[in-house]
Amino acid sequence: MADKRFLDAIHDALHEEMARDPATVILGEDVGRKGGVFGVTDGLYEAFGEARVIDTPLAESMIIGVAIGMSVNGLRPIAEIQFADFIHPAFDQILSEAARMRYRSRNGFQCPMVIRTPYGGGVHGALYHSQSIEAFYAHIPGLKVVVPSTPADAKGLLKSAVRDHDPVLYLEHKKMYRSVRGEVPDGDFTVPIGPAAVRRSGRDLSIFAYGLMLHESLGAAELLAREGIEAEVVDVRTLRPLDTKTILESVARTSRALIVHEDNRFGGFGAEIAATIAEEGFKSLDAPPTRLGGPEVPAVPFSAPIEEWFMISPEKIAAAARKLVAY
Amino acid sequence: MSPKDTKTQPRVSRDKGEPAAAALLEMYYYLCLARAVDERMWALQRSGKAAFVISGQGHEGAQVGAVYALDRERDWLVPFYRSVAAVLMKGMPPAEIFLIQLGKDTDPSSGGRQMPGHYGHSRHKILSTSSPVATQCLHAAGIAYAAKVRGTGEVCLTAMGEGSTSEGDFHEALNFAGVHRLPVIFVVENNGFAISVPQKKQMAVDNVSARAAGYGMPGVTVNGSHVLEVYAAARQAVARARGGEGPTLLEIKVPRLTAHSSDDRQERYRTPEDLAHARAQDPVHVFAAELRERGVLTPDGEQEIRARIQREVDMGTEIAEAAPLPDPATATRFVYFEPDAER
Repeated sequence: MADKRFLDAIHDALHEEMARDPATVILGEDVGRKGGVFGVTDGLYEAFGEARVIDTPLAESMIIGVAIGMSVNGLRPIAEIQFADFIHPAFDQILSEAARMRYRSRNGFQCPMVIRTPYGGGVHGALYHSQSIEAFYAHIPGLKVVVPSTPADAKGLLKSAVRDHDPVLYLEHKKMYRSVRGEVPDGDFTVPIGPAAVRRSGRDLSIFAYGLMLHESLGAAELLAREGIEAEVVDVRTLRPLDTKTILESVARTSRALIVHEDNRFGGFGAEIAATIAEEGFKSLDAPPTRLGGPEVPAVPFSAPIEEWFMISPEKIAAAARKLVAY
Repeated sequence: MSPKDTKTQPRVSRDKGEPAAAALLEMYYYLCLARAVDERMWALQRSGKAAFVISGQGHEGAQVGAVYALDRERDWLVPFYRSVAAVLMKGMPPAEIFLIQLGKDTDPSSGGRQMPGHYGHSRHKILSTSSPVATQCLHAAGIAYAAKVRGTGEVCLTAMGEGSTSEGDFHEALNFAGVHRLPVIFVVENNGFAISVPQKKQMAVDNVSARAAGYGMPGVTVNGSHVLEVYAAARQAVARARGGEGPTLLEIKVPRLTAHSSDDRQERYRTPEDLAHARAQDPVHVFAAELRERGVLTPDGEQEIRARIQREVDMGTEIAEAAPLPDPATATRFVYFEPDAER
C-alpha cells in the first residue's frame, strides 16, 4: 500500500498499462511534452515516445474519430479530452460511431478505447471548465461510464477500462486531482467496471453519489452522525452499467434514498437511480426517492460567491437528508 | 464467381503502368456488375421487397478505377453509401449486397440492423459505416495511423460525396492525416449534388481538390467517366501512401444517374438538360466505347461478360430472397462484448 494523490493514481495506471501493452497509445491536446494541462500524463511522452503519446491538433471530434480507426486497426487508444466541457464536438463520434460499432456490425467490428476527461466545478473554472456531462453520455447503450472517487478505484478502474472490449468514458473530477489522497494497493490490480461500493454503513437513509459528491456525502454523514442520524453512503462508481442490486439492497436496509450529483437535477443521472428505486424498491420505501442536484442554471458561474452558491456542500446534503429522514 | 476470382490481381504492363487487356476486362466486368447489382436493388425496391435504395449509378468508374489501384486483400476500404462497385471489388459478392438490401439475418454488414447502403465487412477490411456523413474520414485516418506505427504496410482508402467535404470531420481528418503523413487516400466522388443542393451552394471553389493545399497534401481532380484516368491518379496516390509520402485528396467528378435515393425525385431540382448531360457521361458506356476502340472488347466478349453478370445477379438475388430475416430475439445482442461469441 502507498498513500497517493488521485492524480498520481491515474498517472500510474496509464504508465503501467502503456508499459504492459505496446498497442496502447495516448492521444489528446497537450498530453505530450507538457504532460497534460493537469499533469496527468507527465513523463509518458519521454517514456514511450511521440508515436504513442500524441499531441493532437485542437479538434475533439478528431481525437475520438481517429481513436476509433486506431482501435479498429489493432491499437488500444486512450484519448484525453482536455476538459469535459469540450467533449461535445465529439458527441457524434462517441454516440453514432464508437458506441454503435459493435451493434451496427453485429459484432463484426469493435472499437475498445478509453476516453478520459476531467469534469466538475469548485475550481473557479466557470461555465466552460466546470461542467458535469455524465447524463448525456450515460444515456448511450454501447458505452460504459465510470466515475472513480478514490485513488485506488481511479487506478483499478482505469486499468479495467483500458483492458475492456468496449468504449469506456472515464470521468475524473478535477478538484480531486490534488485534494484527494488515499491508499493504493501495490502491484498490478484492477477494479471491475460495474459494482458500486458501500463506503459507510447506516440505518436511517442511503445517500448515493459518485466522484467529488461521494466525498461531500461522506462529510454530510459525519455532520448527521453528530445529530444521531446514521447515513449509509454508496459510491455508485459505474453509471453504465449501473449496479442496481447494491442500490436496492441499501434502500431495503434504510427505506430512504437521497441521490446527490453536481449536475443539474432535471433529466440528470439521479433520475435514473430514483426511478429504479421507485420501480423496483417501492415496497421498502418510507419516503419518496429524493434528488439533490446543482441549480437549474446552464452551468457553474465564476465569481466566488456565485460559484459557492452553485456547488453542493456537506451542509446542503445534510439539510436534504434531515428533511428526508423527517418525512 | 468464386471469392478467389475477386482476389486475382491483374497483370499490369510495367513500362507505362497501363493495364493489360485482362485487367481492362476485369475493370469492365466490375463496372457492369456494379450497374447490374444496382439496377436489381431498384427492382427489389420497386417490387415492394426492399424498403429503400441508395444508389451508386454513375459512380462506378470512379470506384473501379480507384479500388483497382489498391491491394484489395491487404488494404482498407472505408466506404460510403454509394460504394456499391467498391465493395464488390473488395470481395463482397452480389448475394451479400442483396442480403443487405433485404435486411436479412445473414447480411454481412449488420445482420439486418442498418438501412441498405451501410456497407461493412470485417473479413474484407471494409469498415462498418454510419449515416452521418464524413465521420468515416476520421476513422480512415486512425486506421492509417495504426498501419503506420504498426508497420503493416496497409493503405486506407475512404470515399465520400462532395457534400461531405462541408463537414468539420472532413477538415479534421485531412488535417490530422497531413500532419502525420498518413497512408490514406481521401476520395471525393463529386456528383455535383448533395441530395438536392448543387455544388455552387456547397462551396465557393470549382474543385474540392483545391482544398488539399491547406492540408499539405496533393489534390487531384480527374474525370470519373474515364476509368483509366482515375486508375492512373489512384495508383500515384497509393504509391505515395505506401512509400511513406503521405495522403492524397483525390476528387473524381462523376455523374449522378439516379435520384439521391428511392425517397427522392430529382426531377424537382434538376433540369432535363442536366439529366441528359449526366447520362452522356455514363462511365459504363464511355469505358465500353473506349475498350471497343482499343479492340479489347469484342461483341462475343461483351456478351460473355453480360451473361456471366446476369447469372451472378440472378443467383445472388435468389440466395438473398431465400435467406431468413433476423429473429427479434437476437436484437439485444452485441450491444457490448460477449465473451462466448465468435467474431
